[in-house]
Amino acid sequence: MSIKNQACIVGAYEHPTRKAPDKTVAQLHAECARGALEDAGLSLKDVDGYFCAGDAPGLGVLSMVDYMGLRPRHVDSTEMGGSSYIAHVSHAAQAIMAGKCNVALITLAGRPRSEASSGTQPRNFGPNVPESPFETPFGPVTINLYAVVAQRHMYEFGTTPEQLAWIKVAASHQAQHNPNAMLREVVTVEEVVNSPMIADPLHKLDCCVVSDGGGALIVARPEIARSLKRPIVNVLGAGEAPKGLNGGKLDLSYSGAVWAGQRAFAEAGIKPADIQYVSIYDSFTITVLMQIEDLGFCKKGEGGKFVADGNLISGVGKLPFNTDGGGLCNNHPANRGGITKVIEAVRQLRGEAHPAVQVKNCTLALAQGTGGRLGALHGSATLIMERI
Amino acid sequence: MTNQTAERSIANPEIWPDNKEFWAAMQTGKLLVKHCRACGESHWYPRPLCPFCMSADTDWRESAGTGTIYTFSVNRRVGPVPYVIAYVTLDEGVTMLTNIVDCDFDKIRIGDRVRMVPKPSENGTMVPMFTPAA
Repeated sequence: MSIKNQACIVGAYEHPTRKAPDKTVAQLHAECARGALEDAGLSLKDVDGYFCAGDAPGLGVLSMVDYMGLRPRHVDSTEMGGSSYIAHVSHAAQAIMAGKCNVALITLAGRPRSEASSGTQPRNFGPNVPESPFETPFGPVTINLYAVVAQRHMYEFGTTPEQLAWIKVAASHQAQHNPNAMLREVVTVEEVVNSPMIADPLHKLDCCVVSDGGGALIVARPEIARSLKRPIVNVLGAGEAPKGLNGGKLDLSYSGAVWAGQRAFAEAGIKPADIQYVSIYDSFTITVLMQIEDLGFCKKGEGGKFVADGNLISGVGKLPFNTDGGGLCNNHPANRGGITKVIEAVRQLRGEAHPAVQVKNCTLALAQGTGGRLGALHGSATLIMERI
Repeated sequence: MTNQTAERSIANPEIWPDNKEFWAAMQTGKLLVKHCRACGESHWYPRPLCPFCMSADTDWRESAGTGTIYTFSVNRRVGPVPYVIAYVTLDEGVTMLTNIVDCDFDKIRIGDRVRMVPKPSENGTMVPMFTPAA
């Protein structure tokens, strides 16, 4: 049993807004859903599966289903932070395979920019969080629980701030071609390492943007995909893995992508070297470095060398990544980037990325997410897609 | 040199039935670690059921309060005052989230030896922080 070739991504839509003070979060979800359905050539009544995660307001699935007028016979609100939506594609494929639905809608939307919510603020995960008594007194926020991973990586493997900076530089090279990107100016390694230090060793420019917006995906049965007029993006394999504090036997040298990636490659029956384009979750530069190593694009500890000198820039390097500019430069709606990772991979596979960054004859792509806090509890999700 | 320029307000830990013994010991300057009598493993953060074997046969053991910095980050522009978040590996083998305090933040290195110093949260509950051992 495998989801390989059992479902296709038939619709993908990224909301063009980056600041939406005059829209509600539910409205943004609905606008994204409509955009993805239009992209697919489907309508509201075709949707019989619905997926959302923690950014969905109110009662989540219940609020959004009612707000959008959906009549799903299958729902799923798997929550793994920003990686949720990548896992949702896999779960949608599983539901389709099991006959639970035919057309699954996945939405994400939020307004962290309008609501002034960023990675330097304490996040409230509600009452009864088991680890909370032993974390909150010490001031954990998003950025410092990624910074501790970067610091350890530098200590263990000699990774440098300049190598991390190359990840932002590469993202900025792609973002210059995206009219919707928040940061369109190409930056240099010097500009990254000379930007204000927020939490050692992460500078301001090692961080992603804070943006309003959202995105949506439509996953459908292959017969439905073949009846539509869009290029067919097939789901080949997927993996997911939560990773945490491991009862105090902590090892921050690797992320959950070690497990999620292995599972996805095994299911797809391909190797990292076969992948032509990658969307890699980029909440911070270190997030990208860790996932590239953990997915097997280079050896553990050699990520710094691998990402340097433009190796991630489309048309320049060996592993074109985040050709929309990624979270680092384009968009990180709801402070959760998972859905935009799949959307840009779909653009690449359809040949609909910006011509300046389009990978030639792109048939195999990977989308990878890390949600939560890399240096504490996080979820990892990998999705491998093929154009057929 | 970077130091804490003013007192950082320390959020209160939530005191629950499964951790009240821990916080009571902290008031007397003792750091407790949960140990499982069934599988012999210590774990962090403390819980009634061992996360390695799920046995409920767990007890509290006093830590020597000494350890080594596994990793850290000097938070320069996160809160109103700079502070250092860190993971410290206790000599008993578990790694815990904490703060490094009472030192020049720019001199902190991974591998440094540290010892526990209790610091009061907003309501006076003592929480375990660490300072260079030397």
